Amino acid sequence: MIPAQFDYVAPSTVEEALAALAEAGDEGKIIAGGQSLLPVLRMRLNAPEKVIDLGRIDALRGVRDDGDAIVIGAMTSHADVLSNALVRDNAFVITKAVEQLADPQVRHRGTFGGALAHADPAGDLGAPALALDAEFVIAGQGGSRTVAADDFFVDLFTTAIEDGEILTEVRIPKRAGWGAHYEKFVRVAHQWPIVAVAAAVKVDGGTISEARVGLTNMGSTPLRARSVEQALVGRPATDEAVRAAAASAGEGTNPPSDLNGDADYRKHLATVLTRRAVLAAAGG
Amino acid sequence: MTRINLTVDGDTYSDDVEPRMLLVHYLRERLGKTGTVVGCDTSNCGACTVHLDGHSVKSCNVLAVQADGSEVTTIEGLATDGELHPMQAAFHECHALQCGYCTPGMIMQAIDVLNDNPKPSEEEIRVGLEGNLCRCTGYHNIVRAVQVASGQEPKPASLEGSAS
Repeated sequence: MIPAQFDYVAPSTVEEALAALAEAGDEGKIIAGGQSLLPVLRMRLNAPEKVIDLGRIDALRGVRDDGDAIVIGAMTSHADVLSNALVRDNAFVITKAVEQLADPQVRHRGTFGGALAHADPAGDLGAPALALDAEFVIAGQGGSRTVAADDFFVDLFTTAIEDGEILTEVRIPKRAGWGAHYEKFVRVAHQWPIVAVAAAVKVDGGTISEARVGLTNMGSTPLRARSVEQALVGRPATDEAVRAAAASAGEGTNPPSDLNGDADYRKHLATVLTRRAVLAAAGG
Repeated sequence: MTRINLTVDGDTYSDDVEPRMLLVHYLRERLGKTGTVVGCDTSNCGACTVHLDGHSVKSCNVLAVQADGSEVTTIEGLATDGELHPMQAAFHECHALQCGYCTPGMIMQAIDVLNDNPKPSEEEIRVGLEGNLCRCTGYHNIVRAVQVASGQEPKPASLEGSAS
């Protein structure tokens, strides 16, 4: 399969990329790592006239320490995020999710920002980003703006990134010393999750003092399981207590029904995977 | 057309390509390097795996223009002076191929696994190869070949069911 014809430009700065995007208008499409876009182009589900490649913009690559947050450049590959010590030490649930994202070859090419901007509800990065209150820095011709994770994911494959804008980096508040786990339920290797749960917890003396839980593929966007978070705080990190708190994981969700399972099955799965994820995150 | 300059298996090339040309098609149709194969054409099976600047990628999911300025290694660039690469030799010795179609990608990914982790456990090998499908389902001997190539298992003296 071969994509339809397109013009191609590979700018070396964000400013040049924004100018190219403005010039292309509705016919422009950003390519980051291309691991989701290229299959779409090959199957001709989309046929942009101009593809703007961010792969030559070195400034968008890498992870840096920014005081109380870490900042992940949008074009940082999954493989580089996975091996990064700043991410591991301060946002461990991201590490745990990336570890299970796709396969090694895709992790070499695919990018952190590209996957989040693609906003596949079954994508592995949305739930952990949401759970950690990530902030999305979006550049436009008028300058940059920052969007909170709660406002970033709008709908299926739709984010707060407007036409003519580019996601440049993602800021994640540091949570050193928190336990984390990403529990992903799949039938076969290197597949999108049927449901997955991202859990990050702070445990003090056997008691959960803070908890963050994000759900993957339980609706048109990644979701926060706030009722579970609230029920966990102040509870012991035991199977019984976590099981009780996880029981509400499916509340307020609107998961899809497909050949892998109907919505009710997914709601049940969410409670089971939440319990497993939280217990593993708490070191249980 | 876009001009690209790249190194493939140690040789430098300079070519005008359509931006929509996939790296695997450039390798096969422009350079004649048909050792790299197209399997599923949907970036699932890993048969088209090559190394791009030292890291494994699925070449059906990379544009040739994205490889501009890069160094590409294919299955055809592994042997030196007629000597098989140790991973190729291990696949041969362990009978790690049946129909052989997944083999170029399996070998390229297996080398990438050892580049990251020279002494992987069996589980780590299986996880490292999860993006490569063998429809003969001959995974057992593939994993064994990687264990042999990593020096963790002795070379097999004889093979059950081997045609040789």
